[in-house]
Amino acid sequence: MAEKMTLIVFSGDMDKALAAFNLAIGGASIGMEVSMFFTFWGLNVIKKNEGPLKSKGIMRKMLNFMNRGGAKRLGLSKFHMFGMGKWMMGKLMKDVRFPSAQELMTMAHQSGVKFIACTTSMGMMGLGKEAFILK
Amino acid sequence: MKADATLDCVGLYCPMPIHQTANKMKELKTGQVLEVLASDEGIKEDAPAWCRATGNEFVGMEEKGGEIKVYIKKTK
Repeated sequence: MAEKMTLIVFSGDMDKALAAFNLAIGGASIGMEVSMFFTFWGLNVIKKNEGPLKSKGIMRKMLNFMNRGGAKRLGLSKFHMFGMGKWMMGKLMKDVRFPSAQELMTMAHQSGVKFIACTTSMGMMGLGKEAFILK
Repeated sequence: MKADATLDCVGLYCPMPIHQTANKMKELKTGQVLEVLASDEGIKEDAPAWCRATGNEFVGMEEKGGEIKVYIKKTK
């Protein structure tokens, strides 16, 4: 039986998501069965980018309006500087041909990494499975 | 060293070289040798580790002016 790895992604910061995907892809490359569990702000990583998110109640609507999410929108945990730092980090990453969070996510999918969304966080934020990229 | 296939990972960083190696090895037949070209030092540790984990044979490594060549034989 293949060795297993489970990563718990608790943060919606780009740097942390990159590290998590990096480990997941590495594990999948050596034949491990990898699953990633996304919870709380970590759910932002696998949120679909397009369309408005439906949810019940004014507070949830506000939360989901403010907290759009999606791999493309993740901010840096440090030096984000209203997106300027992120833009510069993106440049540096491109410079060394390092894939973006979205590309890493696709690569993880293709390598057979399983994505799991925390149902408790989903319920609290009033979001259904359709709001996320899962496999 | 003679190889049946070559994979160019020069300029790529972790996890790309090992990810691409894993994908490329799927295309090879048992007994064939893959040559991986890389510039990231990480490959020196990653390639033997990958071989140990997947049960393939690590044949050898050459280093010349910052370019690292790794040879992996498919045994499975």
